[in-house]
Amino acid sequence: MMEPVLAILTGLFFAAAVYLMLSKFIIRVLLGVAILGNAVNLLIFTNGRLLREVPPVLAAGLDVPAGPVANPLPQALILTAIVISFSFFAFLLVLSWRAYEGLGTDNTDRMRVAEPEDAPLPPEGY
Amino acid sequence: MNSVILRTVAPALVSLMVLFSIFVLLRGHNEPGGGFIGGLIAVAALSIYGIAFGVGAVRRALYFHPIVIAGSGLLLATVSGLVSAFFGVPFMTGLWVTPVILGTEIPLATVMSFDVGVYLVVVGAIGAVALSLEEEEDET
Amino acid sequence: MSAASLTLFVLLSPFIAAALAPLATRLMGYRAAWLLALIPAGIFVYFARLSSGVSGGGTVTQGYDWIPSLGLRFSWLIDGLSLSFALLISGIGALIVLYAGGYLKGNAQQGRFFAYILLFMGSMLGVVVSDGLFTLFVFWELTSITSFLLIGFEHERAAARRAAFQALVVTGGGGLSLLAGLLLIWNVTGISDLSGLLAAGEVVRAAPLYPVMLILILGGAFTKSAQFPFHFWLPNAMEAPTPVSAYLHSATMVKAGVYLLMRLFPVMGGTVLWETVLPLFGAATLLFGAVLAVRHVDLKMMLAYTTMASLGLLVMLTGFGTERAIDAAVLYLVAHALFKGALFMVSGIIDHETGTRNLTKLGGLRSAMPLTFAIAMAAALSMGGFIPFLGFVAKEEIYAALAQGDAALLAACLVAVLGNALMFAVAFAVALKPFWGETLETPKHAHEAPVLLWLGPAVMSLAGLLAALFAPSFHAAISSPMASAIAGEARVIDLLPLPHWGLPLALSLLTVAIGIAFYVGLASLRAAVTRLLDAIGWGPDRGFDQTIAGLVRFATAVTRSLQPGRLDSYMTVTFVLVALVLLLPPVVYGELARAPFFPAHIPWHELAILLLAAVGLPAVIFAKDRLTAIVSLGIQGFSVAMIFLLYGAPDLAFTQFMVETLSVVILTLVMTRLRLSPSDKRPLVQVLPDAAIAIACGLGVMLFLMKVTEVPFDSTLSDFFEQFSKPLAHGANIVNVIIVDFRGTDTLGEIAVVMIAALSILSLIRVRAGGLRQAEDPAEETPAQGGRR
Repeated sequence: MMEPVLAILTGLFFAAAVYLMLSKFIIRVLLGVAILGNAVNLLIFTNGRLLREVPPVLAAGLDVPAGPVANPLPQALILTAIVISFSFFAFLLVLSWRAYEGLGTDNTDRMRVAEPEDAPLPPEGY
Repeated sequence: MNSVILRTVAPALVSLMVLFSIFVLLRGHNEPGGGFIGGLIAVAALSIYGIAFGVGAVRRALYFHPIVIAGSGLLLATVSGLVSAFFGVPFMTGLWVTPVILGTEIPLATVMSFDVGVYLVVVGAIGAVALSLEEEEDET
Repeated sequence: MSAASLTLFVLLSPFIAAALAPLATRLMGYRAAWLLALIPAGIFVYFARLSSGVSGGGTVTQGYDWIPSLGLRFSWLIDGLSLSFALLISGIGALIVLYAGGYLKGNAQQGRFFAYILLFMGSMLGVVVSDGLFTLFVFWELTSITSFLLIGFEHERAAARRAAFQALVVTGGGGLSLLAGLLLIWNVTGISDLSGLLAAGEVVRAAPLYPVMLILILGGAFTKSAQFPFHFWLPNAMEAPTPVSAYLHSATMVKAGVYLLMRLFPVMGGTVLWETVLPLFGAATLLFGAVLAVRHVDLKMMLAYTTMASLGLLVMLTGFGTERAIDAAVLYLVAHALFKGALFMVSGIIDHETGTRNLTKLGGLRSAMPLTFAIAMAAALSMGGFIPFLGFVAKEEIYAALAQGDAALLAACLVAVLGNALMFAVAFAVALKPFWGETLETPKHAHEAPVLLWLGPAVMSLAGLLAALFAPSFHAAISSPMASAIAGEARVIDLLPLPHWGLPLALSLLTVAIGIAFYVGLASLRAAVTRLLDAIGWGPDRGFDQTIAGLVRFATAVTRSLQPGRLDSYMTVTFVLVALVLLLPPVVYGELARAPFFPAHIPWHELAILLLAAVGLPAVIFAKDRLTAIVSLGIQGFSVAMIFLLYGAPDLAFTQFMVETLSVVILTLVMTRLRLSPSDKRPLVQVLPDAAIAIACGLGVMLFLMKVTEVPFDSTLSDFFEQFSKPLAHGANIVNVIIVDFRGTDTLGEIAVVMIAALSILSLIRVRAGGLRQAEDPAEETPAQGGRR
């Protein structure tokens, strides 16, 4: 019956992540992304229902679990998700570091290499 | 980082952690553990070694470039999946043999080699990132 | 090999040949033309052998299932109409390949050209033999695309690029209109093939949507066949090498629209709308094309405009749709393909041998190029309608069809006389003027053309003569079956190349007389037309440029307003939508979660961990320096790991612990180089909406999760894994078994992603640092070096 409590916590995680990601400063966006990863994992975890302290591991000699065990499927999904979100967090971190170094700013409004403010019109000829 | 305590403790700690990571990897099929967790523990070990003795030492100790390790892990995982083709079963079907060595039954399976592949990918890929970042740190 | 698979092979052979053409050309040079011409020649022979079965009015319908669930088939319908077109396409195709062998001799891109031409030929054959409406559409668009490639063959020139683009936009846009029309027909009748549709004409004509269908289909046919006001792409398409102009833009592709109209005549023809719109547009195109033709001095441009005029004539005749009009259209279509193709090739020969196509700079070539002169004259005599050429037979029948009847027919007859007279003048301007008179100095010293160049036009001119001389056999093999297929009933054409005594002959003579007058006064006529056009100002060609430029400006404005290049505005839009998607549907449909049952008693250690996680979040948000931020981030991460441990997920907990540890290490390494501004610097006007969006998102997720968890859990999948983990996969740790065995392929994909992420990170790190380190550490010479500059 802990699901509603976890639902509230998950909502808090999402709210914090979204608030950080709405910042103009790239570091805060990054922190938001890190929290968002945990938020999504909690979401999947709670969706699969909660059961205290019974890991989905079979005791020696048994072919099927003796009693109810925690849902293994969300765990398997989240396990790989943790590693992948970590890889991408590292990627974003290094990317923003390089961007900061190269562009001299951490304000996303001033990062305009790809979409310059005064870009010329595209050619109208052939 | 220049800490005598760390330098003294590090070799023992790191070798224990690497051993532990392999232990976690191998028992993963029946107890909590597996390739992802084992790999991450090993990366942590490498990072500690790097902090204590510098990245050059870690690279020498590893002998192979981490990305080579990751690549061979990916290859091993793929090949583990492909073995099933020779037995006429779908891709990634687990296959088991239990040879008896020195009177003990040792279960071996393609899923285990697959997990070893996962382990190597995690060690290599994340290790490469961690080492490169530490290296940058050393230079500045 | 069964008949069906043999036909399929024949239909595919141009595509196979196209794939091999560049190789053949590399090995054999321009002589590859002789080899490649065998393919269309073989197709010609194959279809000629089918003609005995079809000429009696029979049809061949075969094919294969394409999308059975939709009832679509890849099937072909071979009757008099498609067979005649197929013979024209393959026969002229063989000659064009030979001609291109001579014309582009020495061009480094000749192999590419052969490939395109053969691709086009295969597509065009597909258009005329398709039975399925949607195969017809696919091939129709393929001809537009291959035409684009061929017009833009000399893509270094901006004019060629523009012409190619214009042709693609106009004919491709028309193709979309055609698709809409075909879909509508399919929707109304439920029939997706022509052979079925031919029997269901009543249903189509009686449908309330018939006018819409007809207009959409005409949108396809008129753009393809360059009817006014969609004609402008055709003259511009003369930027293509001459073999293309001769093949696509006079003999075959531009006739696809006419083919479609003829094909659908039994289905959609004969209504008031059909008999009004087609003759009107046809007549306008005929007059307009003929008048514009005399304005030019470039041989190809003159021919291009007369082609447009001829297409108008064909559309006009198909529009009237009387029996004799159909006969006339059939005869004129074949005659036109032969003489106009030949004249285009002659203009190419003149260009090739003298270095100019300007009519005013050419003269007296008859002694240097007697053979070309003879070929040109034969074609021009057919175009001018002289006995005993096929053009004469056709023109007599046109006048015979138009000169009897109501006022509309008579008006059309007058238009036809005027148009034909102008085309007469142009025919002799192209075929006679360069060869007659005194010899003028040309950029290149003229010689007789080599065999590869003159063979094609010679055969076509000769065919125009022989078809008339042996008219009974020609009618039996080609024109009667074709007319029967169009009319939807058996027709026998038995015209001989002899004058019809009476009005048609008088009109013919009148045409010749006016034509001669125009020819003599060509220079002053040209000046008059030029003055007229200058007075009118700009036409659809300029309009096309304006439209394209306007589109570019409009697209730029839209892009700039939707993509201002500001991350926070993208994020705001995204999350506002997320919140709406999460909150609106439950509110609208009354699916909100019930008041949740909170557990009465929560163990204190669990409560502590949950609170710790919740406290970590604001700590991250309000962190003033990087150490606080890193530590707070670690707190919420470790709390999540603890939560996993509490609820029976030790694997997740361990993984999360390790990941958080490594995150802190990496963050510390990178953060020292990044500046974390002490405060967020968000003004209050931004904080409030941001906070509102964030709270809305969090609330949405929370309500969603409460709603989900209050309904019973479907544990089918989880039960399966729990039941079979040990018996099937010999593993006691179910989570691990799922990862490495049940869902192993998934995991393989995921470790590949981890690998790619690592490679990207290494490349990023080395973008700048790499250059320094390269020399001192040879151990790094590994695949990871891919990202180095």
